[in-house]
Amino acid sequence: MTKVKSLADLKKLKEEVQSKIKLREKGDHPENLIQIKVSMATCGIASGAKDTMNYFIEELEHQGIDALVTQTGCMGYCYAEPTIELTIPGNQPVVYGDVNKTKAQEIIDKHIKLNELVDGIIPVSYKTL
Amino acid sequence: MEMINLTIDNKSLVVKKGTTLLEAASSIGIDVPTLCHMHLHDMNIENKPGGCRVCVVEVKGRRNLAPACCTEVADGMEISTHSMRAVNARRTIVELILSDHPADCLICAKSGKCDLQNIAHHLGIREIHYQGEQSHYREDTSPAIIREIDKCILCRRCETMCNEVQTVGVLSTINRGFEAVVSPAFEMNLDHSSCTYCGQCVAVCPTAALTEVDETGAVIRALSDPTKTVIVQTAPAVRAALGEEFGMEAGSLVTGKMAAALRRLGFDHVFDTDFAADLTIMEEGTELLGRLNKYLAGDKEVKLPILTSCCPAWVKFFEHHFPGMKDIPSTARSPQQMFGAIAKTYLAEKMAVKREDLVVVSIMPCVAKKYESSRDEFAVDGNPDVDYALTTRELAQIINLANIDFKSLPDEEFDNPMGESTGASVIFGTTGGVIEAAVRTAYEVQTGKTLERLDFEELRGMEGLRKATIDFDGLPINIGIAHGLGNARKLLEEIKAGNSEFHAIEIMSCPGGCIGGGGQPYHHGDVEILKKRQKAIYAEDKNKSIRKSHENPYIKKLYDEFLGEPMSEKAHHLLHTEYFDRS
Amino acid sequence: MTDYKMHLLVCGGTGCKASQSEQIKNNFKNQLQEVGLENDVQVIHTGCFGFCEQGPIVKVQPDNTFYVSVTPDDTREIINEHIVKGRQVDHLLYTDPNTKVQITESKNMDFYKKQVRIALRNCGFINPENIEEYIGNDGYSALGKCLEELTPESAIKMIMDSGLRGRGGGGFPTGLKWDITRKVENEQKYVVCNADEGDPGAFMDRSILEGDPHTVIEAMAICGYCIGANKGLVYIRAEYPLAIQRLKTALTQAREYGLLGENILGSDFSFEIEIRYGAGAFVCGEETALIHSMEGKRGEPTFKPPFPSQEGYLGKPTNVNNVETFANIPPIITKGADWFSSIGTEKSKGTKVFALAGKINNVGLIEVPMGITLREVIYDIGGGIKNGKEFKSVQTGGPSGGCLTNDFLDTPIDYDNLLAAGSMMGSGGMIVMDEDDCMVSIAKFYLEFTLDESCGKCTPCRIGNKRLYEILEKITDGKGTPEDLTKLRMLSHVIKDSSLCGLGQTSPNPILSTLDNFMHEYEAHVNDGKCPAGQCKALLQYVITDEKCTGCTLCFRNCPVGAISGEKRNPHYIDQSLCIKCGACYDKCKFDAIKIA
Repeated sequence: MTKVKSLADLKKLKEEVQSKIKLREKGDHPENLIQIKVSMATCGIASGAKDTMNYFIEELEHQGIDALVTQTGCMGYCYAEPTIELTIPGNQPVVYGDVNKTKAQEIIDKHIKLNELVDGIIPVSYKTL
Repeated sequence: MEMINLTIDNKSLVVKKGTTLLEAASSIGIDVPTLCHMHLHDMNIENKPGGCRVCVVEVKGRRNLAPACCTEVADGMEISTHSMRAVNARRTIVELILSDHPADCLICAKSGKCDLQNIAHHLGIREIHYQGEQSHYREDTSPAIIREIDKCILCRRCETMCNEVQTVGVLSTINRGFEAVVSPAFEMNLDHSSCTYCGQCVAVCPTAALTEVDETGAVIRALSDPTKTVIVQTAPAVRAALGEEFGMEAGSLVTGKMAAALRRLGFDHVFDTDFAADLTIMEEGTELLGRLNKYLAGDKEVKLPILTSCCPAWVKFFEHHFPGMKDIPSTARSPQQMFGAIAKTYLAEKMAVKREDLVVVSIMPCVAKKYESSRDEFAVDGNPDVDYALTTRELAQIINLANIDFKSLPDEEFDNPMGESTGASVIFGTTGGVIEAAVRTAYEVQTGKTLERLDFEELRGMEGLRKATIDFDGLPINIGIAHGLGNARKLLEEIKAGNSEFHAIEIMSCPGGCIGGGGQPYHHGDVEILKKRQKAIYAEDKNKSIRKSHENPYIKKLYDEFLGEPMSEKAHHLLHTEYFDRS
Repeated sequence: MTDYKMHLLVCGGTGCKASQSEQIKNNFKNQLQEVGLENDVQVIHTGCFGFCEQGPIVKVQPDNTFYVSVTPDDTREIINEHIVKGRQVDHLLYTDPNTKVQITESKNMDFYKKQVRIALRNCGFINPENIEEYIGNDGYSALGKCLEELTPESAIKMIMDSGLRGRGGGGFPTGLKWDITRKVENEQKYVVCNADEGDPGAFMDRSILEGDPHTVIEAMAICGYCIGANKGLVYIRAEYPLAIQRLKTALTQAREYGLLGENILGSDFSFEIEIRYGAGAFVCGEETALIHSMEGKRGEPTFKPPFPSQEGYLGKPTNVNNVETFANIPPIITKGADWFSSIGTEKSKGTKVFALAGKINNVGLIEVPMGITLREVIYDIGGGIKNGKEFKSVQTGGPSGGCLTNDFLDTPIDYDNLLAAGSMMGSGGMIVMDEDDCMVSIAKFYLEFTLDESCGKCTPCRIGNKRLYEILEKITDGKGTPEDLTKLRMLSHVIKDSSLCGLGQTSPNPILSTLDNFMHEYEAHVNDGKCPAGQCKALLQYVITDEKCTGCTLCFRNCPVGAISGEKRNPHYIDQSLCIKCGACYDKCKFDAIKIA
């Protein structure tokens, strides 16, 4: 480890290491964050929910979008796995089915960035735990 | 100098910044009682832990009471030293101390001289409202000092003397709370510790928690034993202080009355340690000149400076703390031991008394002399050269027991042959005296000339560390003087580091020298008493017709008849000693 | 750097560690490896979460799930259910004792709702053994700000304006203390952190050092910069091994990162910190005693003045602050004095950490804004009194504090109010007593503590407290007289009035406050020979109720001293002169026939 030699150095280091605890900060204060809950029950995992979740985490990080990606239990839409629930602060949660990487990209580009709804919404009002 | 305005008991006064409330009150004649506090002015010795809380006074606007001994004055302070709130606290505190103190005043060594007893009386304590468990600690005796810690009130004066003044570091407080006691490390016995028995702790102890080993009983038994010949020697400093025990003014010289009292007590012969002090000068002076001349002749191996060795606490101090330097002090025994050795050989033969039937008692201003007389090297087949060493206080006690009206005694002389002494030996009793006596003799021996003046004022005083250069007819001799072992330590560290400028150094353990010895009448923190004793010592010197040791006729006779010459083989055997590594 | 998708925060405070949190952490690590998730889920040992009553705590992030009373046997279920399948493990969730509803997120728990965490901001949040986590959460930016943007004077002014007062008990304004030390001219000065926490049941400082050691290091460096000291010393009790280990790790890391040592952050300010160990003497929390102890001398106080700011460690100007005080410094510098002073009451700003203990449901460590009432702390945060008992008293301020009654429950907590109520803030111990507690015994308990911890230097504390204790013992033994009550009060006042240091000056507080607030209990002991709470054994009588006794002989057979007699199937009888009040009969009786009178 090279020494921190100035306040600027320190700030740079902070930027670098912040990610280490960012997850916890987000978890403590999710209200103001875009939240994506990925259904991770057996059927979800079998349908590739894990990849979907990783894709969301990496892509959002890559694009510099502050969002909280968590896993959740079975949502009951086994026919449409992987399913996710997306909450934009101030809006009602929306559930998408069959979210593969392409779909995920679309959701990020349109729904998250432009606040335009994307096809694939499961139109039943659903509440997660 | 910033001045502070305040009022004490409604009297306005102005004092220097930094003055304590105690000093300020005292400056306008208001006595605030104290117990743990002790201030030896001029010697820079002060004990004010603020622990006993007896001196608490009321300060207007302050939440709690303030200890007068360590609270400094502040502008506009309004002090009430004897408000009922302060008096109540003070009385309660003394009651608390008494509640944890053995109530054996009737048989206590300190009865009548006890600071706690005095203050209880002063505060009119008639009842102890808060009774309870008392602390108990084992008694600890040694050859010189007894610790009866149940009587300790944790004033910490002994700690100040032992640690700060003497740098001996034996006594300190251990344990906590109610179990707190003053003790050597790991609660070891005093005789296993590096205690020097200087007795300064005894000298300042307000109660009987620290006292000297009482040998009055043994001496009384010897005096009442018809088969024994009992002789006595009295140290120089005793005559300048003994009178205090009988209500006489400090500084009264009682040499003659003392001799008379001793005779009335039944001592077969009343001799003087001063005689042996002259003998010491002969031996030590010769040794000094021997080393000095070797050094001047180019011998770099010779050990200089030479250090005096009359003080047993000092001897034990360097045996513990500077054992690597035990070849530096003079090998000459102390006057007490020289007296004993000569008495039990030369004198015993002269009087035709067997060694075992001759009892040598010494009267010393010192507690460590008890220890010194018990050292193995000062005995022949288990029979000590000096049988009993009493302190000045113990002698006073025996005199009182014998119902002798000391003050009205006539002046009497010492007996011969060991009662004749010079002014040089008298001044052994004060700091600077031994070296001045040595200079008087060494100068004349070295230069072959007669001294024009005998009063070496440059060697006198009360400063803890002094130095002077004496001109030995063109040869400058550098002399150092230290009293108090803390000061001695400084000189020793210099020698150890190889940058001592001195040829000869006098060291005395007790502040003031023997006049301030641990066995002297209690000074209760009044340093003026020591100064008066010192003055008396120098007065006695002035009054003597012979003031140089080598001119003492009986000393000459002793060498002629018995010893041969100073540093002879016989002198070596009887008058010199060796030191041990006790580290 | 691995990007973890989930964090498992396992409490690594001393309390949870004692309940096998180390094992829990290891289980997690091993079991994550088994399911191949070791690169997705990070396991972190954090500092104390505070909710010790429910420990060990495991928090899952970013799901914000707070598991309580987790055992090493529960780890597999958490992994299999929560981590792998995304299903909460319901039986490990906290159940609200009143509503019986399970709560997932800590912020919804009553215990946390009213807390404001400033000093404890990082405890339970970051890994205390990783400096980068501290830096990531704004760590050392306050020091950076001081060195690059603030003069010592302006930094001190911020601390002064914030209104922060010493959290160790004295409540002296921290900024003022720094300013005084700064103004004393000397080439060598020292910053000392007092981590000699000694109040019974208090562990605020320990938790901060265990959970967030860097905040103390950073604050000490800031203090050094402000007062002109380049040397810091942490005086910590040797009985805090975990705190010491975390502090040592943190010091090493801070040095590695150049945040301690020569020319910090490229400035000309250099600062080093050393650790000094205390042997666990309560009195060494007093700053002069602490300094003597650090110097290798007997740990006992000396008279002030001179104050440490003038003549402290090795005779040099020394600024002594407590751990919690230091923990408040970095946020004040980064967030500003106004932010800090907006919290709290007029004269007591910010928050205070309390260690809740005693007969209260939620035992633990809390941080609350000044001005919160005792009622909120005890009933809302603390969850009320255990086992539905009646509240009797709350003792604040540790052994030097007082016992307050119901009447004070709505008093806003701050330095001055507590003092006015006859207690004190102290370092933050808060012990709750219920109807079963005998207040005379409580006073005796505290006095026993001060008796043990008195250094013995001054008479009133050394002997006075002993006598007070003896009188209390006499009363609880049923031998007290009305005169003893007068004596207690008189002696207490003298001890308060004349003792040397804060320990003695406050040691009679538990007695005086119980005399004031619970005189009737003392009188019951002394006049009626009764202990109303039934705690004082000597005053109890076990009596058999004839109507209920079936003569089963169970009590007779269990009495160790043969004090019980009676015929089979006939009522039994206890001989009071033989009874040693061990309570064995009472415990054994199946018919509720034995009563305590």
